[in-house]
Amino acid sequence: MILEVDNLQIHYSTRDGTARAVDGASFVVPEGRIVGLVGESGCGKTTAVRAIMGVLAENGRQAGGRIVFKGQAMDEATTRRLRWRDIAYVPQSAMSSLDPVYTVGSQLIEVLTKRGGFSRAAARARSVELFDLVGLNERRLADYPHQFSGGMRQRAAIAMALALEPSLLLADEPVTALDVIVQRQILDVLRSLQQRLKVSMVLVTHDISVVAYLCDEVVVMYAGQVVESGPVREVLARPRHPYTMGLRNAFPDLLSDALELVPIGGSPPDLREPLSGCRFVPRCPFAQAACSLDTAMNGTGAHQSACRRDSEADTLRTAALDPRTWQRSSSFAMS
Amino acid sequence: MAALVELRDVVKHFPVTRSLGEIARGAHPAVHALDGVTFDVGDGDAVAIVGESGCGKTTLGRLMLKLVEPTGGAITFAGAPMAGLAGERLRDFRRQAQLVFQNPFDALNPRFTIYRAVVEPLINAGIDRAEHADRVASAFRRVHLADFDRYFDRYPHQLSGGQLQRVVMARALVLGPRFLVADEPVSMLDVSVRAGILALLREVRETMGLTAVYISHDLALVRYLCERTLVMYLGRVVEDAPTEEIVRRPRHPYTQALVAAVPVPDPDQSRQPLPIKGNVPDAREPPSGCSFRDRCPHAMPRCAQETPLLRSIADGQRVACHLELA
Repeated sequence: MILEVDNLQIHYSTRDGTARAVDGASFVVPEGRIVGLVGESGCGKTTAVRAIMGVLAENGRQAGGRIVFKGQAMDEATTRRLRWRDIAYVPQSAMSSLDPVYTVGSQLIEVLTKRGGFSRAAARARSVELFDLVGLNERRLADYPHQFSGGMRQRAAIAMALALEPSLLLADEPVTALDVIVQRQILDVLRSLQQRLKVSMVLVTHDISVVAYLCDEVVVMYAGQVVESGPVREVLARPRHPYTMGLRNAFPDLLSDALELVPIGGSPPDLREPLSGCRFVPRCPFAQAACSLDTAMNGTGAHQSACRRDSEADTLRTAALDPRTWQRSSSFAMS
Repeated sequence: MAALVELRDVVKHFPVTRSLGEIARGAHPAVHALDGVTFDVGDGDAVAIVGESGCGKTTLGRLMLKLVEPTGGAITFAGAPMAGLAGERLRDFRRQAQLVFQNPFDALNPRFTIYRAVVEPLINAGIDRAEHADRVASAFRRVHLADFDRYFDRYPHQLSGGQLQRVVMARALVLGPRFLVADEPVSMLDVSVRAGILALLREVRETMGLTAVYISHDLALVRYLCERTLVMYLGRVVEDAPTEEIVRRPRHPYTQALVAAVPVPDPDQSRQPLPIKGNVPDAREPPSGCSFRDRCPHAMPRCAQETPLLRSIADGQRVACHLELA
């Protein structure tokens, strides 16, 4: 395992109390694999990768758990040492990793000389190599970020992240703001990096199609916790947690025969409130009284689910395919 | 069915700041946002307009609502030319044609309460005050916001994205419109909530007999809303067909690339390289002839000389490509 996240707790202090953005999340990233961290807004996926990168917002702090990189537990000092060199980050908006007043090439050279100890000549050669790697013409090194299209900026941000040959790349919604054709091109760049450089990746996304296209493993998060994880093929074909089943039903599919999307009623809980048991209970059509007690991951092998009724997963999955199952939780109350 | 909205050879150019060289040459460069768009929206139909950023789809929506004026061509609404609408007839059009905004987080004034946001169109349209409360209540019922009156004095930031999008829809429906233009109505929403809004869009369209145009970049989503889809590329409609034809049997090479690029939630999907080259060219200087030709795997000499017209190839199916006609 290149990365192990164990019972991670991240708290944000807000005006209205402490928000438990990540509340006991555990997952692993095997060497050379792409892991999709999937979930909806506020589920803690971005917070989790920012914690791994050591770039939490001012009001955020790690309140518990461990992040282990290549067998070594990370603290502030090790994170600072490994950042960019061994673990790199492609943020949600490529613009925020590029400085508008310098050419893209000079920013790359700066990273290589200042952080990587490259000579200027070596840095220049390496920049050309990096641009080639992400499919940008080396002539564009002399351009400023505003002269780039959205897709080119995203490629440049990836080149920047790869500058010092990190072994783990964290990418936060790297294609969300892009048009579909450009999106596909960027996904193909990421896939070729994995194949050619054996880079391990964590890809944060809300899009299960992107996970299906690019990832080997998937970790599904809900309300700060991991509800299901496993090989992508397994999890998408035979989801075992009701939230994953619901997400699958709600997700548009260009090629499916079903012409109805089924919403999951209600909304995620307020993470500033004290919560216990399965966080999905209020929206779950299969919830039982015992679900309000605490949960743990179930399952032997790679595919795990945090559902108490995991032993009945096959039956629940069949029931979940029927839109009527979800109706009882779908009244749209304003709470 | 008779058409509610008819567009004939609609052109929209936006002037751009000239460079010194262009001033010296006396050139007047313009972005060709729309370059000869012709189609009808049947009364009661739902039509999707799909394309990438910069293809002109948002401009097209704004033209159909008379929020901008075309540079050329004509648009009619219920048989009346829109260019001539003024005074009482323009106010009447504004009541009948409504816009649902892209981003519910930006669409509402943060300093207005929810009630104020939804009653405002009634005030602007000069509707009798005595009718306001009933009309607002009925609009909220249409968008299935339960116990809504308890929340009338709340502000937008106190609502979730899905609730906000319902308020935005209530605001668009409160005047009882006949025609709705929705620009990316669900792109900012979470997956689990989005499905509910799509179902609601379908439901209000059916129960209110609305004609609707949905503008989206997302072909996969549009399938759940519209039976007919128009695909745009650089200011032109390149294909107009039943949505299922577009998705299953795309005819225009651009549509083929667009469909192939959409990822699906299946790990065994095709990962073949896309049948398309390069990037969208600068809309200030589109290529001669077919504007897609420099990215097209099938381009022929004729494509550089002659702009392919959008021609009917089957019932309800039009394609703008020389290949189809050859």
